[in-house]
Amino acid sequence: MGFKHKDILGLQDLTAEEIELLLNTADNMKEISKREIKKVPTLRGKTVVNLFFEPSTRTRTSFEIAAKRLSADTLNISASTSAVQKGETLSDTARNIEAMKPDIIVMRHAISGSHHYLAKRVSYSVINAGDGQHEHPSQGLLDMMTMREKLGTLKGIKVAIVGDITHSRVARSNIYGLTKMGAKVFLSGPPTLIPPGVERLGAVTVCGRMRDAVEDADVVMMLRIQLERQGKTLLPTMREYSRYFGLSDDVMKMAKPGVLVMHPGPMNRGVEISSETADGANSVILEQVENGVAVRMSMLYHVSGGGPTE
Amino acid sequence: MDLLIKGGRVIDPSQGLDEKLDILVVDGKIKEIGKKLTTGKGVEAIDAKGMIVSPGLIDMHVHLRDPGLEYKEDIVTGTRAAAAGGFTSVACMPNTKPVNDNKAVTSYIIAKAKAEGLVNVFPVGCITQGMKGENLAEMGDMKEAGCVAVSDDGRPVSNPELMRRALEYAKGMGIMLISHSEDLGLSADGQMNDGFTATELGLKGIPWVAEDAAIARDVFLAEFTNSPIHVAHVSTKGAVRIIRAAKARGVKVTCETGPHYFTLTEDAVRGYDSNAKMNPPLRAAEDVEAIRAGLADGTIDAIATDHAPHHMDEKDVEFVLASNGIIGLETSLPLSLVLVDDKVFDLNALITAMSLNPARILGIDRGTLAPGSVADITIIDPDAVWTVEAEKLASRSKNSPFLGKEMKGRATYTIVDGKIVFKRD
Repeated sequence: MGFKHKDILGLQDLTAEEIELLLNTADNMKEISKREIKKVPTLRGKTVVNLFFEPSTRTRTSFEIAAKRLSADTLNISASTSAVQKGETLSDTARNIEAMKPDIIVMRHAISGSHHYLAKRVSYSVINAGDGQHEHPSQGLLDMMTMREKLGTLKGIKVAIVGDITHSRVARSNIYGLTKMGAKVFLSGPPTLIPPGVERLGAVTVCGRMRDAVEDADVVMMLRIQLERQGKTLLPTMREYSRYFGLSDDVMKMAKPGVLVMHPGPMNRGVEISSETADGANSVILEQVENGVAVRMSMLYHVSGGGPTE
Repeated sequence: MDLLIKGGRVIDPSQGLDEKLDILVVDGKIKEIGKKLTTGKGVEAIDAKGMIVSPGLIDMHVHLRDPGLEYKEDIVTGTRAAAAGGFTSVACMPNTKPVNDNKAVTSYIIAKAKAEGLVNVFPVGCITQGMKGENLAEMGDMKEAGCVAVSDDGRPVSNPELMRRALEYAKGMGIMLISHSEDLGLSADGQMNDGFTATELGLKGIPWVAEDAAIARDVFLAEFTNSPIHVAHVSTKGAVRIIRAAKARGVKVTCETGPHYFTLTEDAVRGYDSNAKMNPPLRAAEDVEAIRAGLADGTIDAIATDHAPHHMDEKDVEFVLASNGIIGLETSLPLSLVLVDDKVFDLNALITAMSLNPARILGIDRGTLAPGSVADITIIDPDAVWTVEAEKLASRSKNSPFLGKEMKGRATYTIVDGKIVFKRD
């Protein structure tokens, strides 16, 4: 089957078959990064623009490397959201870029739904590299790729996602993707950071206590907690957050032996995850980053219409 | 010119009338209602067969954006939209630029409406100076200048002590206080109704309790001060329940809702449609049901649009950056007629909610076809099917979630002071 979408705005919009196709292609793409000459001509003559309205190291670099390994011409535009709010509108920025005939825009934006806004107005492909608190599909895909690679399947595995679910686009994309692929998803976090109706996003179970989510889990995914949230209305202190929702050795013992520890980064060491755990034997955090390049190559390839990869 | 409106179904709840009658209008007043009235010389006859003839509709909650924000709407375009929608009177909210918190602004609005407006414009003044929620505005002076109510619409009075005193003062001055009841602490930064759809779209929610808690406070303050209060744009199940209970124990509370609150749910926001963004936000299906039930049993007294024109540049942006509000004057009547089709209530109740009750709440001599009263009349074709098209809307702004939607029913004549100000071709 082929990939029919002009854009990839979120995993909510994709079927299980389409997700599987993206993951299978990513598996193949991974090998390219291990060659001496890490480049194939697949996207030669295509222009990929990275338009980042929020700071990002990992995702932006990963998309750029992915595009370059496929021989696309890439350029990066960074703008802080505040500068945009003062000046040019997103619509004008998008149309100005469109006039220069790019093929794909990879965008990150602090506002949920920005990509839907953009995709409706431009002819080129839009790939969502994170929009506000909505979706982060490439992260969801690279997480699933890593789990599938290590565990052999996504079907029936138990995944615990722990932390600030309300403000997490990573959580939403993973919930959509994992539940479509047949994984069992358990969420845990402070009651103030579990959004209403979250169990309707996919077949997920919400656990008040972290250990209930982690018990017998194949994967524990820790989310980044924004340090600014403490001392306001949502959380008392990071100390208490860490005690109840940080991943310690003790809690990890509840999970299956050999549990995969994941984190989308950037990590707050000593808050949601201890250094021992982050750097320990169960951690696949750097494999996630490695797979990120392959997944993004797959996404770029499929929105360009597919075709031979060699 | 005098008018004879012949053969329409005349519905006037103020007189308990609902039958096929003729109406004779002389010198801008209702002269006579009866069967088979005859025309004399110089009388224009209007054939109203198959039409509903109603006391002129009144929208007690609109934003005309004049003075200061004329790029969105002004008194000319806003009253033109009102006339096209069948409204003979509108009450305009004070969040203009400058705000209407003193006699000078009130007088400007009244003078411009008189000179250039198509329908009656009744200004609403501010509760507090500068709409800042700190000091009471000169309600007495504004009333003398022509304000029919006071409201800090859009900027709720947060300080409960100030709200208490405002209710006492407004009561003493004999002017209605209209409350935009919202707890800003609970609604802060919210973009749409709090709930599953907000979770799905990754948008911060405005919970129903932000509205309910504020209405409960305001109803208690009205009860405590024994003052009348009118609650604007009620949108939640709980709000209806609170107001129903308050009315039952004798609190002098009235309220309104907008057509969008009994027509659309939060689902309309899916796809990040900024024309579905307003405050209060579109709520859940159970709220829509409760609003309809509130209209059915009279808990909700009036239908008012909260007509809120915004320029395309303020709406055609990312959802979070888009301004709150939608236009409503030209779609209110057909959307409300759906309630009759759905048997929520009958035409008498509809006209009560869109004419008689707004007149009574604001204390204006309108909303009736009784002989001797001002001839403000709306003639309605309840069966006309039409499509909402941006280019055909009279309002300067086009921010409606109903663009492209099919409507049934619309005004064919709008008559103000005995003059035809709108006639549909």
